[in-house]
Amino acid sequence: MEIGEIQSHKGVIGTMVVNAEGIPIRTTLDNSTTVQYAGLLHHLTMKAKSTVRDIDPQNDLTFLRIRSKKHEIMVAPDKEYLLIVIQNPCE
Amino acid sequence: MEIVYVYVKKRSEFGKQCNFSDRQAELNIDIMPNPELAEQFVERNPVDTGIQCSVSMSEHEANTERFEMETRGVNHVEGGWPKDVNPLELEQTIRFRKKVEKDENYVNAIMQLGSIMEHCIKQNNAIDIYEEYFNDEEAVEVMEEAPSAKTINVFRDPQEIKRAATHLSWHPDGNRKLAVAYSCLDFQRAPVGMSSDSYIWDLENPNKPELALKPSSPLVTLEFNPKDSHVLLGGCYNGQIACWDTRKGSLVAELSTIEFSHRDPVYGTIWLQSKTGTECFSASTDGQVMWWDIRKMSEPTEVVIMDITKKEQLENALGAISLEFESTLPTKFMVGTEQGIIISCNRKAKTSAEKIVCTFPGHHGPVYALQRNPFYPKNFLTVGDWTARIWSEDSRESSIMWTKYHMAYLTDAAWSPIRPAVFFTTKMDGTLDIWDFVFKQCDPALSLKVCDEALFCLRVQDNGCFIACGSQLGTTTLLEVSPGLSTLQRNEKNIASSMFERETRREKILEARHREMRLKEKGKAEGRDEEQTDEDLDIDLEVLVSRAEEEFFDIIFAELKKKEADAIKLTPMPQQPSPEEDQAVEEGEEAAGEGKSEEVEEDLA
Repeated sequence: MEIGEIQSHKGVIGTMVVNAEGIPIRTTLDNSTTVQYAGLLHHLTMKAKSTVRDIDPQNDLTFLRIRSKKHEIMVAPDKEYLLIVIQNPCE
Repeated sequence: MEIVYVYVKKRSEFGKQCNFSDRQAELNIDIMPNPELAEQFVERNPVDTGIQCSVSMSEHEANTERFEMETRGVNHVEGGWPKDVNPLELEQTIRFRKKVEKDENYVNAIMQLGSIMEHCIKQNNAIDIYEEYFNDEEAVEVMEEAPSAKTINVFRDPQEIKRAATHLSWHPDGNRKLAVAYSCLDFQRAPVGMSSDSYIWDLENPNKPELALKPSSPLVTLEFNPKDSHVLLGGCYNGQIACWDTRKGSLVAELSTIEFSHRDPVYGTIWLQSKTGTECFSASTDGQVMWWDIRKMSEPTEVVIMDITKKEQLENALGAISLEFESTLPTKFMVGTEQGIIISCNRKAKTSAEKIVCTFPGHHGPVYALQRNPFYPKNFLTVGDWTARIWSEDSRESSIMWTKYHMAYLTDAAWSPIRPAVFFTTKMDGTLDIWDFVFKQCDPALSLKVCDEALFCLRVQDNGCFIACGSQLGTTTLLEVSPGLSTLQRNEKNIASSMFERETRREKILEARHREMRLKEKGKAEGRDEEQTDEDLDIDLEVLVSRAEEEFFDIIFAELKKKEADAIKLTPMPQQPSPEEDQAVEEGEEAAGEGKSEEVEEDLA
């Protein structure tokens, strides 16, 4: 399964797939964390997408990266699903 | 009481044209004031009345009922599960999830998103894009502007009979004042009635000099005392040394006695760094260098004769036309002579003969300027004949760097006090050249035409920004140099010093080779007969010449033959169209062939 492959990359802490309603379909983290991430990131992704489209209607959000002190959260949005990966870029 | 005014018009006159005319004013009603009414009122003084025409407003306060607020948050626990699924039941959720996973849409989406995600993950692992690169480098300002200089002020000689400005000196503190020495350097051609005054100018006021200095004979050189800015030293045209105190006025404070002074105009005067700040020395074309103490000007404290044969004969002495002294090397000084030789001397030598340490061949003409590089005192700049040369104390036979021969005579030169690789020169055609040999060695970095007449002297201010140059008609021009030429560039000191060293080494190597060659020639001349050597040389020469000729002609013939061969190759032009024609014929045949095959196919169809 793809998820397993992604999880096996260096530095990846967790992977999850969330659907449009915020229901986690597949996850490698515990439920509460997953639900938290799903809820928060869903809103953020929607906001980012609408921002990009407001600026240029022909444009669309392809990827969202949030770099924080501890790790990086990467979100790949789709029409119905969201693929979220939390990675620790090893330095 | 009604006030009524009645006027009458005849009916027949209604609608008639109005004829207006002037008439006196008539008093119709006159209402007199009634003092009894005044008793009904009380006088009020002062009266506070607003006389502005605006909307009148009133202010009210109202108290609202207390409104309570509270901040609350909502924690979203579970996603939007569809109605039939109970989020708490594990079985149901698992079943729902499995259903979604089987959806084709889901699979495709995951494949696509997965590949994008993988790319980014790998990217993250490969490079840290948020790394602090170039942490150590500070923001470097790149000087991209072209070097430039602009004239700020011009100080003209207020005298009617114009004299040349022969020397300039900046005021030691603050550089707000400039002392200019005026004199006529043409031998005995000074016009009658020429004033011998020299002036101190305040930079803010170019119209009138701040102070006039009145010596008995025109001043050729003038210098501020770096320790005491009120004291000035001047060298006169008649060979005397004069000293002024600006607090005391324009007349000479101290003057050296004629008998003990120089016999020729004093071309160089410099203050010495002494504890008392009263010592100075002067040089003149009579071949003497004299040391003075300004407290006692009746006779010099020391005299050195510039006789390079070291015999102290005044007849053999070379006339000094420029003098150089660097306070960091207090015992050494250098003299540039009229004959073009530069003499380096040591003041502290025991015997007078040893005072002259060494000489440099210098220029073909008088050495008009001599200055050590403020950063690398071992290298000094001289100007004379039509070139400017840079010397190193180590290389005594020739200069290490020099400019090309110019069209006009160079009159003065100075190093920039801020940048070790920049120096300025002035020429007889009125141009000021700024040389930056870190940037360009064969030409000046900037060449400016300051005035139409010759420029005689040049002085750079201590901050490296301002340059004053004096011309033949007594006009002193003050220029400001662009910041690129007056701020120390990165690495410039290293580059300049390495350049000096490299050139010095080159000169040393050349000197060594010359010496070797000379020794060899001497050896040859001593060892063999002269005739034989001549014949040998001749024979060798002839053989060499004939061989050279043969080779030369061989090469020429070879080239000619090659050219002919090429020409022949180019001639078969008329033959080329025929192969083309053949090709065309062939193509035509092919086309015809195809056409036939098509016909055949049609027939078949």
